[in-house]
This record gives sequence, structure tokens and C-alpha cells, in this order.
Amino acid sequence: MSETSLPVALINYIGLSAVLFFIGVAGVIVRRNPLIMLMSIELMWNAANLLFLAFARVWVNNAGHIFAFLVITVAAAEAAIGLAIVVVAFRRAKYVDVDEAALMKG
Amino acid sequence: MIVFWLLALALVASAVFVITAKKPVYSVVGLLANFTALAIMYLTLSAEFLAVIQIVVYSGAILVLFVFVIALLSSGVAPFLVGPDRLPAAAGGGTIAALIGLALVVFGITQHPATIGPAGGAAPVGPVGTAGAFGSVADFGNALFTVYLLPFEITALILMVAVVAVILLAGDTGPSIQQRLRRKREPIVRDPAFDAAMHRGEPSSERAS
Repeated sequence: MSETSLPVALINYIGLSAVLFFIGVAGVIVRRNPLIMLMSIELMWNAANLLFLAFARVWVNNAGHIFAFLVITVAAAEAAIGLAIVVVAFRRAKYVDVDEAALMKG
Repeated sequence: MIVFWLLALALVASAVFVITAKKPVYSVVGLLANFTALAIMYLTLSAEFLAVIQIVVYSGAILVLFVFVIALLSSGVAPFLVGPDRLPAAAGGGTIAALIGLALVVFGITQHPATIGPAGGAAPVGPVGTAGAFGSVADFGNALFTVYLLPFEITALILMVAVVAVILLAGDTGPSIQQRLRRKREPIVRDPAFDAAMHRGEPSSERAS
């Protein structure tokens, strides 16, 4: 199966994935709300997954599908732990703002 | 082809909306649109099983988790008192840094275009819905439980670690549940006007839950 069988050329998928990934990076850098930072991290996971699946389709190889599946699993675990940390931080301190989070200072 | 560009537009627009929305709930709605568009794009890539998984796990489980945490953290706070999340002074610099990173990646892609060669080992590509075609449940399961069994088992370990970690983190180690229920909830985002009112000691009866 060659590249021409894709709806558009592979380079478009790579570019779209890069754009989505760096939108996520910008979200993590710019926003200080931990919930929105976690959502930005999810955007980055998804950009990586899109790349996995595009290459899996081009190379007609299952490995990309398997590892996209594993990425989704790890992302779910990460979201659960991240949100638990947010809840704990909110419980201990008045505000949740990552600039003010000093819980790890001991 | 037009489908790709429509989906790409939806993906980028919803992603930008996620990181610029004033309130976390709006971000969740943007994220929902993003995940749905991505699931449709997975379908165009013959990944039908992963499209379903994307909807079930992301749009289902993870987003519900986000909504629950937002509801938990803002319970007892009147909606209009939850001030808008501010875009701090890092906004300009962060955007520029992300654009520079994106430019570097694009430069790298154009310098070394991926060499594409067909490779075997999987079922042939067929229309979405074809039994046993590439990306179908049968094809995916065959690979997952034979060649990639070890990564799959490691996933089980990761999930167990996550469960233990969440119980340890969010478990009841602090004040009792009654004390926590009596304690005032504070908004997750800071509102300077509201802070000033609090410091002046003005009554805040409208915040009563």
C-alpha cells in the first residue's frame, strides 16, 4: 500500500500533528490553571496518536495501532493521577494555581 | 480529501479554543469537539477500532473525569463569582516559544522527508467495516494478543499503579469528611475584586452554598 492511497499526502498528517502538539505546548506554557494544563497535555497525547495512526496506515503495520492504544491507556492513567493531585492540592491550599503550588517543598 | 481539511480545521480551531477559553468547562466542551473530530480522522485512516476507543475512553471516561473534578472544585461557589482565568505575562513568550518549536519541527520534516515503503505483517487495507481488514477489531486483537502481548501486560501494571496512586493521593488522610464539608469552598481561579472584598472582611452571604 503506497502513500497515494491516503486521503491526502502523509506530510499533511505530520504537519497537522505538529500544529496540534504545539497548541498543547502553548497551553501548558501559557495557562496557569492546572485543569487546562492537563487538557493541553491530552491534546499533545492525541497529536502523537494521530502520527502513530497515520504512519501505521502508510506502512500497513499494526504496531502503530497497538502503541496508540497503549498511549490512550497511559493518558487515562495520567489524567486520573493528575486530577487526583489537583484535588489534593485544592484540599490543602486555598487556591489552585501552579505558580503558588509549594506542596512539594516539604 | 475535503474531509481531511475540514477535520483539520475543526481540530485546530477546537484545540485553540481549549487553551484560550475563560472557564475550564468551556475547555472541556472544546476538548469534546477535538476528540470527536480526531475519532472521525482515525476512521479515514482505517483505524476503526481505535476510533471507537477514542470516543469511549477520551470523550467518555477522561472528559467525565474532568467535568467531575471541575464540579467538585467549584461546588459551593456561585458561578458568576468564579472569575476568568487570567492569561499571565507568559502569554506572549509562551506563544512565541511554541511557534519556534513548531517552526523547528516543520523545518526538520522538510529537510528529511519520510521515506515511505510498504511493509507486510498486517491484514490488507479495506473499506472501514470490512471484516478482518486492516484496523478492524480482529486484526487489532490478533496483533495485541500475540506479537504485542508484553506491552499489553505492562499496560495492566501501569493501570494498577495509577489506581494505587490515586487512592494514596486522594484517600482520606486529612481532616474528617464532616470538617471538610463544613469548610468553605474557594474558587479555583483568583478574582482580584473578590479577594479584596474578602480581605476587607465584607460579608459574602451571596457565596453561601
